[in-house]
Amino acid sequence: MTSSTPKIEVRDLHKAFGPKEVLTGLNLDVGVGESVVVIGGSGTGKSVLIKCIIGLLKPDSGSIRIDGVETIGMRGKDREEVLKKFGMLFQGAALFDSINVWQNVAFALIQSQGMDHNKAKGIALEKMAQVGLGPEVGELSPAELSGGMQKRVGLARAIATQPQIIFFDEPTTGLDPIMGDVINDLIVESVRDLGATALSITHDMASARKIADRIAMIYEGKIIWAGPVREIDSSGSDHVDQFINGRAEGPIKMAVRG
Amino acid sequence: MHEFLHPIRFLKTVGRVFFAFLGATGKLAIFTFTSLMHALTPPYYPRLIGQQMISVGYFSLPVVGLTAVFTGMVLALQSYTGFSRFSAESAIPNVVVLSITRELGPVLAGLMVAGRVGAAMAAEIGTMRVTEQIDALVTLSTNPQKYLVAPRLIAGLAMLPLLVLVGDIIGVFGGYIVSVYKLGFNPSTYIINTWNFFQVDDLVSGLIKASVFGFIVTLLGCYNGFYSKGGAQGVGAATTMAVVSASILILCSDYFLTELLFTK
Repeated sequence: MTSSTPKIEVRDLHKAFGPKEVLTGLNLDVGVGESVVVIGGSGTGKSVLIKCIIGLLKPDSGSIRIDGVETIGMRGKDREEVLKKFGMLFQGAALFDSINVWQNVAFALIQSQGMDHNKAKGIALEKMAQVGLGPEVGELSPAELSGGMQKRVGLARAIATQPQIIFFDEPTTGLDPIMGDVINDLIVESVRDLGATALSITHDMASARKIADRIAMIYEGKIIWAGPVREIDSSGSDHVDQFINGRAEGPIKMAVRG
Repeated sequence: MHEFLHPIRFLKTVGRVFFAFLGATGKLAIFTFTSLMHALTPPYYPRLIGQQMISVGYFSLPVVGLTAVFTGMVLALQSYTGFSRFSAESAIPNVVVLSITRELGPVLAGLMVAGRVGAAMAAEIGTMRVTEQIDALVTLSTNPQKYLVAPRLIAGLAMLPLLVLVGDIIGVFGGYIVSVYKLGFNPSTYIINTWNFFQVDDLVSGLIKASVFGFIVTLLGCYNGFYSKGGAQGVGAATTMAVVSASILILCSDYFLTELLFTK
């Protein structure tokens, strides 16, 4: 791997569900230590892209390289090794409701790394403190937490193993604007502290502007524009302009039954 | 001619259903094989296996016990009604112990556990699927089949025979209660007759059946939950499917197991 090798390199990615083609030859690079946010409307393939990269979905064709190594078709131990590089914050936090909060945060440390419970608990409480949660929260069940707190716990779980790459799936969805901004700040801080590479998907422009070094817009299964966050307002793309300004009129037609 | 009765359309429909059935069977076979492989290879999750054993075994005891005691009681009462017509009341202990250990104990326990445990497993794993908790397991480098399915399969295989063993004792006791306190049998004669008619082979065959039924219930509970989709409705459908398919498969496999174990 050379220093110019992207951390994540996606080439000509195709994925269809039956007759519906979701990804239609998508290309995307994410550099080492870079934070890229993919924006786009609902149903444009943002989540499918992230799930293909992490291996939750199998693409129909194309290439996904992590640190220059092809991951499509990878199985068993090799796949497990690649997965150890990842952390992910899910849209609904996806906390395990059969265990308490600190056990959620320490899950990968105990189950995957085989760490001693007491040591793992110490690290979990430390990560929880980083996202603004006190040790008393550790003993609660995920069902007892508010949406914002669940997102914080999800973030603490995502960073607990100090991953090299973190995915954020709609990190501010379902949160009020203030809590959304708190989560954005925590994401920026956590990614910076870890020196991790981040790939986020969102349709919340405030969030995208805050956490991105670079923004890429997905439309009809392809990246139609990508550039530094400061250039988003002068992208020269009608699609991007319509999306970031939230206009109903423009080249993007939403499927609305009338 | 009705559109459906058109020969080509009819064949197309039959073909589609047939291939869908083959696809579903293949998917279940692969799921079964990979789950068994995960159950046999490390890492093991002893704490989870223990939790599932308590859930499948201990917490099913009341429902299986109640089913067994009433089944034994009804069996004694019905047998008496029939056998008294040709003065064969003395065969009641035989009928009760034979029916309970060979057939009713394992089958009824299997069906009750399918309703209690299979449904709960499908609902729990199904909810984990639709709330992305199973995806989260993958991102945390934990194989969901190894973590969620293997402990449940092991618990089902191990605990159903124990449940049935307890159920057999309770069922025979139910028959004893009715025979002694309602039908006027001599208690010691009833017990001696029961013991004389009792055969270890009958008990063992029932326990083998129980183990297979435990496997079926947990496998189908996990399978239907694991592949559920579509939110709350999908989880509901998975739960129903888990109970219905497990119940049918228990009754079908019961016939083949009986043939395998008793046909000489």
